[in-house]
Parts: sequence; structure tokens; C-alpha cells
Amino acid sequence: MKIILNNKEEVFEAVQFTVNELLHIKKFTFKMLVIKVNGKLIKKSDYDSAIVKNGDDVMVLHLISGG
Amino acid sequence: MTFDEVKQILKTKTVGIAGCGGLGSNCAVALARVGLGRLVIADFDLVEEGNLNRQFYFYDQIGMLKVAALKQNLFRINPDVRVNTFDIRLCQSDIIEIFGKCDVIVEAFDKPEMKYMILDAVHNYLPAKHLIMGVGMAGWGGNNLIRSRQSDKLVICGDETNAISDKCPPLAPRVGVVANMQANAVLEILLGINEHQNHSERQ
Repeated sequence: MKIILNNKEEVFEAVQFTVNELLHIKKFTFKMLVIKVNGKLIKKSDYDSAIVKNGDDVMVLHLISGG
Repeated sequence: MTFDEVKQILKTKTVGIAGCGGLGSNCAVALARVGLGRLVIADFDLVEEGNLNRQFYFYDQIGMLKVAALKQNLFRINPDVRVNTFDIRLCQSDIIEIFGKCDVIVEAFDKPEMKYMILDAVHNYLPAKHLIMGVGMAGWGGNNLIRSRQSDKLVICGDETNAISDKCPPLAPRVGVVANMQANAVLEILLGINEHQNHSERQ
């Protein structure tokens, strides 16, 4: 499948995966993450159930200090 | 739009700014200069000498509440701007109450936990509001790394990479760039995209 990940097109072998699987594959291990799929905020408790599929627009944002 | 037309629109608008440090103070100043009608500013902190390398305060304001000092500075720039100040450590219910009537909300906290808290509050309880966040501005140089992106009503400004550390302090130029990008994003929401400006990138 093809998804847009942080504004860039990326291709994966899987037909779909959960948000948690995406984080694992992309090695996003940072603890303060914000994840949006097609503009919808995904709660941490839903990372195991929320599905990412072909054509989805995914934002993974690292909330880092500074302001 | 002429500047007079811009001011006519902006004077009817209210912007909320959560945090009055490097991002919040500089963003508020930019919005006051262009004629925004009302700013709602919140911060619990006092001005310290160490803030002056990037925050819009003066040496003789050390020890003042940041919200009081910022209000003073905003009035010195534009006496017509109305400013509501809240000297509190914001929690989710405060955010909903204080910023619920704002046209746009600017996130200007320094701690990631606070950034998440306001994102969560606005997303769940104020879903019609645009939230402009600043993420990644420590250090110096790397102009081309600073950018913005949008997902629905969430706008992110910053390099999304450089956290603050002993070896990577926040300094006026980069913090100011991101603060002003946030103010610029606010204008784009309040005024619409400028049709007289070329938005395509130069090749």
C-alpha cells in the first residue's frame, strides 16, 4: 500500500497495519508523539486498534521542548 | 488588501496565546503591531534575566509577572489593542474557558507535556478552532530546516527536530522566526490566503 507519511509518499508491503505497527516499522520510539490519520487525532490507547490503510494521510509529530 | 483593510478585519478578531515565553511574547508583539483587536495571554511565570536572550521583555522588567510586563509592552506598541491577562498555570478546563471565544489559539508552551495537553483539549473540546503550535526552535542556523505544515485545523511551525538542551539553547533569532511564523499563520487564517502574493516556490 501507499500512504502519505509526514507529507511524503511511502510504500509498504503490508495491505494495512495498525498505528502501533507503523511506529514499530518506522522506528518511532519517542514518547511524546502526536499521530493524526486523515486529520483525525489518534489516542495513545487506540494505537493497537487504529488502522492505517492504502491512501491514508498520516502525520507523526514529535513534541519536543522549546517555546 | 491595503493595510487599512487588513486592520479593519483584524480589529474585530481575538487571538489566544498559551504561554508568554519566547514564542508567546514575540508572537503577541507581531499581532499587536498589525492591529489585532484583542489578545488573551496566559502564563504563570515571572520575567528572569535568562529570558532576555529571546523573550520580548526588558531588563527593568525582571521580577514582574510575564503577563503584566507583556501587556505593558503591547500597549507601548499599540495602545488600541485590548489585552486580557491570566497569571495561571493552564490546565485543560482553563484552556476551554479562557480560549473558548478566541478566533485562533497559539500554543507557546515550552514543555512537551503542556503542548500535548493543549492539543488534546482543543481537539476534543474546541474542535472548530485552529491551533498554531511551535515545535522545534532551539539552537542557531539551519534556516532551511524551519517550516510549517497543516493537518486539518492544526498548524505546526518549527523544525520539529531540535529540542532544548544545555548544548542547544533557545536563542532570539530561531525562536523569533518560529514565533513570527505562528503570527503569520494566524493572519492567513484570519485574512485568508493573500491572492496578491506568489505562493509557488521559486525553482
